[in-house]
Amino acid sequence: MIDENTVRHVARLARLRLEPEEEKVMQEELSGILEHIDAIRSMDLDGVPPTTHVLALENVLRADVPRASLPREEALREADDVVDDSFGVPRMD
Amino acid sequence: MSEFEPVIGVEIHVQLSTNTKMFCGCELSFGDPPNTHTCPVCLAHPGVLPVVNEEAVRRALMIGLALGCEIAPRSIFHRKNYFYPDLPKAYQVSQFDIPICGRGEFVAIREDGSELRVGITRAHLEEDAAKLTHLGGRRAGAEESVVDFNRGGTPLVEIVTEPDLRSASDAVTFLRQLRQTLLFLGVSDCSMEEGSMRADANVSIRPVGTHEFGTKTELKNMNSFRFLERGMDAEIARQEEILRDGGRVSQETVHYEPETGHITSLRSKEESHDYRYFPEPDLVPVAPDPAWVDQLRDDLPELPLSLRRRMVDDMGLSAEDALVLTESPELVAYFMEAAALADPKACANWIRGELRAQLREAGTEPWESKVTPAHVAALVDLLAIGTVSVPAAKEVLAGMIETGDEPAAVVEAKGLAQMDESDLAGVIAAIVEANPDQAQQLRDGKDKVMGFFVGQAMKQTGGRADPQAVQKLVRELVLGS
Ligand SMILES: [Zn+2]
Repeated sequence: MIDENTVRHVARLARLRLEPEEEKVMQEELSGILEHIDAIRSMDLDGVPPTTHVLALENVLRADVPRASLPREEALREADDVVDDSFGVPRMD
Repeated sequence: MSEFEPVIGVEIHVQLSTNTKMFCGCELSFGDPPNTHTCPVCLAHPGVLPVVNEEAVRRALMIGLALGCEIAPRSIFHRKNYFYPDLPKAYQVSQFDIPICGRGEFVAIREDGSELRVGITRAHLEEDAAKLTHLGGRRAGAEESVVDFNRGGTPLVEIVTEPDLRSASDAVTFLRQLRQTLLFLGVSDCSMEEGSMRADANVSIRPVGTHEFGTKTELKNMNSFRFLERGMDAEIARQEEILRDGGRVSQETVHYEPETGHITSLRSKEESHDYRYFPEPDLVPVAPDPAWVDQLRDDLPELPLSLRRRMVDDMGLSAEDALVLTESPELVAYFMEAAALADPKACANWIRGELRAQLREAGTEPWESKVTPAHVAALVDLLAIGTVSVPAAKEVLAGMIETGDEPAAVVEAKGLAQMDESDLAGVIAAIVEANPDQAQQLRDGKDKVMGFFVGQAMKQTGGRADPQAVQKLVRELVLGS
């Protein structure tokens, strides 16, 4: 079982604001996932490479050939705020 | 009081000058209007899939091979998670525990000719962030920042060194020569000013003779080697002062202000290093075909280190000549072409000296000028056989720069051929006769007055006299020897 502080830490990293009862739920759900991983860990996995990808594919590469980009108006259509033909965001400095 | 020794490692980000971005077909651009090179992939719209640019992989492999890195038979991408407006996915696609290029070593040559060996920890592929501009000063009362996504997704190679450097000056020597090597590979523009090459330095100090590392600080993102060197020296001095006062260096990111020479600490963001790396499920592994890697290794151009060694060992150049002449691939090619035709040492002197000095006024480089390498070699030959004097040769060179004519034609047109000794003897006789006081001084042993005669002879012959011949004739005439 992971503790509440770990839940809060992970929530902060993910920019999530959790109510106390939500923290409880998360604590249980995350612990369940980690227990599953512990189950895998308990097996003898010597010589088994970690599975990072389930597809038996490698080297899916693209030729370095330009394709049309979006018209700027379209690119900016989803912006909350457009300033100077750019995406306006809260002050960062 | 104990002496301290700096321990420095550097991280270099290099923007690859491919046609398109790392994971989408948007064209790379510099200076284009904002947000004109974006697409759903590099804007991180939901449901899109990145696809790796093959040319970026090729260039990363070239860099790894040039740095003697082990090439990973199979490498994968990771997500590096953090929130910032210049990162639309809220993660940067990077590489973590299996970078495409592993351990290697780079050998730089110091100005005194000694070797500087720097271990390469890794070189990995990733994507650049977008450009974030703070409006603060530019628009009165603006409380906003703006994001231009043109740069977002540009292919980057990050090169990380071992903490093998022991001075700011060594670090900059390494960085300059690494930059040269990358330019020779043709993988990046490597412009510090435009940000296509960026260097961060990890700096710590420890008492001389000890082996444990001190606490390091990270000096961020300087846009010139000069400032980076000054910044490292300032940071080393700051850490020494802290330790001498019995304090402790805290691990933080610092910034050097070139205007004031001060080091300022950037707020150390809590949890900023908890990037929660995990394998990027949207990208399959890159497993470069060994035959492809071998081909790339065979196709690497001759690199500055090898060129410099050849220049010093086989061509008789000084270490400094070799450093200057390997500044860029263009300059090397220019020099090598001339050196194949005439005395290499003399070609080196004329190219790095008078030619570049004269061209600097016009703001051009030798290979952009009207002067061909073959013409430089021809000029060196004219000097060697005594057709022109050194001062006349400089004038010939000026004529070559102006007209693009071969040196013999300029000599002819300007009448700069050295006078033969019999013609010169007449001129000298007249000068000696007209200046009896100076002749007497020479007889009295005041050798300095020889300069006067040489100057007069140059003036009267329009630079066509060989200074050595002048001295010989004056001596014969005045001293009878
Ligand atoms: Zn794109």
